[in-house]
Amino acid sequence: MNEGQQSLLDFMRQESGKLASQTLTHIGLTFISLLIAIAIGLPLGILIAHKRKLSGTVLGIAGVFQTIPSIALLGFLIPVLGIGAKPAIFALLVYAFLPIIRNTYTGITGVDATIKEAARGMGMSYSQILFKVELPLAMPVILAGIRTATVINVGVATLASLIAAGGLGEFIFGGISLNNTNMILAGAIPAALLAIIFDFLLSKVQNINFKKVRTGIKVIPAVLLILACFYFIPTAYAGKLTAGFTPEFMGRRDGDLGLRDKYGLKIHTVVISDAVMYKAAYEKHLDVISGYSTDGRLKAFDLIVLKDDKNIFPPYYAAPIVSAEALKKFPQLESTLNILAGKIDDSTMTSLNYKVDYLHQSPEKVAMDFLIAKRLYKQFRNGNAGTVRIGSKIFGEQYILAEMYTMLIKGYTDYDVSTKTGLGGTQICFGALKNNQIDVYPEYTGTGLLVMLSVKPKILDSLVLDKDKVYNYVREEFKTKYDIQWLKPIGFNNTYALMMRKSEAKNLKIKTISDLKRYLESNK
Amino acid sequence: MIKIENLSKHFGKVKAVDGISFEVKAGENLILLGTSGCGKTTTLKMINRLIEPTKGKITVNGKNVTEQQPEDLRRGMGYVLQNTGLFPHYTVAENIAIVPQLLKWDKKHIDKRTRELMHKLNLDSKYLPIYPEQLSGGQQQRVGLARALMADPPVLLMDEPFGALDPVTRFNIRKEFIELDELKRKTIIMVTHDVQEAFELGDRICLMDNGKIMQAGTPAELLFKPANNFVRGFLKEQRLQLEFKAVKLNDIWDLLPSIKTRSAAGAIHCNCTVWETLEIITSRKENAVAATNPVNGETKTITFTQLISSFHQYQNSEAV
Repeated sequence: MNEGQQSLLDFMRQESGKLASQTLTHIGLTFISLLIAIAIGLPLGILIAHKRKLSGTVLGIAGVFQTIPSIALLGFLIPVLGIGAKPAIFALLVYAFLPIIRNTYTGITGVDATIKEAARGMGMSYSQILFKVELPLAMPVILAGIRTATVINVGVATLASLIAAGGLGEFIFGGISLNNTNMILAGAIPAALLAIIFDFLLSKVQNINFKKVRTGIKVIPAVLLILACFYFIPTAYAGKLTAGFTPEFMGRRDGDLGLRDKYGLKIHTVVISDAVMYKAAYEKHLDVISGYSTDGRLKAFDLIVLKDDKNIFPPYYAAPIVSAEALKKFPQLESTLNILAGKIDDSTMTSLNYKVDYLHQSPEKVAMDFLIAKRLYKQFRNGNAGTVRIGSKIFGEQYILAEMYTMLIKGYTDYDVSTKTGLGGTQICFGALKNNQIDVYPEYTGTGLLVMLSVKPKILDSLVLDKDKVYNYVREEFKTKYDIQWLKPIGFNNTYALMMRKSEAKNLKIKTISDLKRYLESNK
Repeated sequence: MIKIENLSKHFGKVKAVDGISFEVKAGENLILLGTSGCGKTTTLKMINRLIEPTKGKITVNGKNVTEQQPEDLRRGMGYVLQNTGLFPHYTVAENIAIVPQLLKWDKKHIDKRTRELMHKLNLDSKYLPIYPEQLSGGQQQRVGLARALMADPPVLLMDEPFGALDPVTRFNIRKEFIELDELKRKTIIMVTHDVQEAFELGDRICLMDNGKIMQAGTPAELLFKPANNFVRGFLKEQRLQLEFKAVKLNDIWDLLPSIKTRSAAGAIHCNCTVWETLEIITSRKENAVAATNPVNGETKTITFTQLISSFHQYQNSEAV
């Protein structure tokens, strides 16, 4: 525990520059959107408080927006607003609307009718009643809405990192993917603190200003404006080409770190979610992305893989990994899973992925079609000799493999199957396997080598070029270290790769990562 | 001063106010009396245009109210509400100063007038910087009245001003209200459902039912010359007490035995009602009181028995 705390502080100290800029970006994103939400939401709330016929419609629409999952909303926005700050601010705005509009409406309609009548009866005009009576009396409720919106925004702003808008989410999602607890905490703790601090400060405003809102009302927008400006401080630079890397890629030795060490590649990089990265590249918001060589979207979005001429990406041959315990419990499991060994090569996997990712066929259908075509599919035996739990990471290829294994087990054995698909990053899947929450999931040799085993550069150099050496190494190490068995490789190599649009790569004459580096360093 | 002609207000099919006409003279207290839903409050609110009439005409001082800016119109009329309608986020001083602020008085003028009114309404000036919620109900109602009187408007509209108070506070404030010199000069229209209150405060009473005026007249006229069975029935319950309150010594002066007293010391004015006189007599040991009539300079000593018998004679002569 002590050691853990120590190293968290060390990590934060070491990454203090990044942490500071992420925090500023986070605050900026939160308050730009909050400011705009107030600028639009407050008048709208006032309007519907006076024209109540509109209130149902407006609150209904704001409510529907609130229910859209944040990731989905970000996805919808990319074709319209691209990636980066604009869609992030827009999404935050949408989430901030409901509490602000609804509380303004509730606050104003909640002002005692007698008081409003008295104000009218004394000869106050519409705007005098609004500014001297309704708004001051509704202010505690309106401020409560702004408080809610602020806290929501601090939380949702962590997702901004998924579409290259930065913020503390970069650490959080990077940390989750890499199972780096310090990195997660370095993002999560400041984010939580921001939420607590802003909530506290606004609660103070709420209390102090009840009687003297008339001056307070002018201070709040000024403070918000200053906080909103934070966003523009860290993002004042940009480069020739822009790269979008996933949080996981950013922290991996066979990722961004390797690119810098081995190639000396210096490129303006934004952190972005895998889910939107390919599309962003296709739509020219990004020039270089980190992808997987068997990804179906490679085909769909007309991208090419840059050749890794210095071999920083080790082989990533996929194979099921199973806990030794499960192999003992389910004697037929190993032979059943090995049915698929050597059956799927790179181009087959890419086209299967293409069907799921781009043609939007269900992984289940794609898996079944493949097995039927290969004459591997058997009617389910509906046995009940125990349940095998299959896991998968959160992308199409893993879903397809999980489906294939499910069908094979149900068809060839008397075991039943439960699937736990979409288990986030590598470490979540691996953790689930180690902790006996799943029995099997497909893993890649390179990932095992670099992420789980974290091998030293020396060993890495001796292994990297040879796929069999890597496979044998991880198999032995996993058996002794974790009591987990690597079964036979499925056949394809889903390695990390840098990708560019075909047309741009051709124009710039970039074929390898070294070409890319040369281009970036030329005519500076 | 205020003239209502053929005034109607319809809410959908409901005729809240149905073609009423009446007139209020300058300095008069007119009471709109009736049960809930009879249209009395709607009528009041049409005078300062909080509600716009469906039909009819209202003139104040010869000017049609619909031809004036509603804000200007309202700033020239005091308005007192049942639940005070004080602004909870304004101090007492700020509440009182609302209308003068709207009329852009200077600060000194506002200060002077505030202190004057606080004194007249028996409010300590230590209350000025505090908020209404810290005051008692009676004090709040006084502040509400001060707010309405602040700009010294010639017309005062009051919507059940004592309705939210407990009976004791209500009695005391009503008494102060009658004695307040500021109010004696004003033309007042007041809404109430309390018959006693109407008879104590009203120079004239408009008894309303179902959006129509059942009878308009002095308290004595309503009692002794009821226009219809509704009026008779409405007043039946508390008839005797109301009669005591409606009849003044003046009205029965000639019926009182002419025992003339020379000394006028401690004598009451013949404006006193029979009710008030009875209260005074019963509180005194000698069971009698002297009353003077300034019109003819007479002073009479009245005993309890004499008063009751004269009042009885009056009742018989007035009854139709």
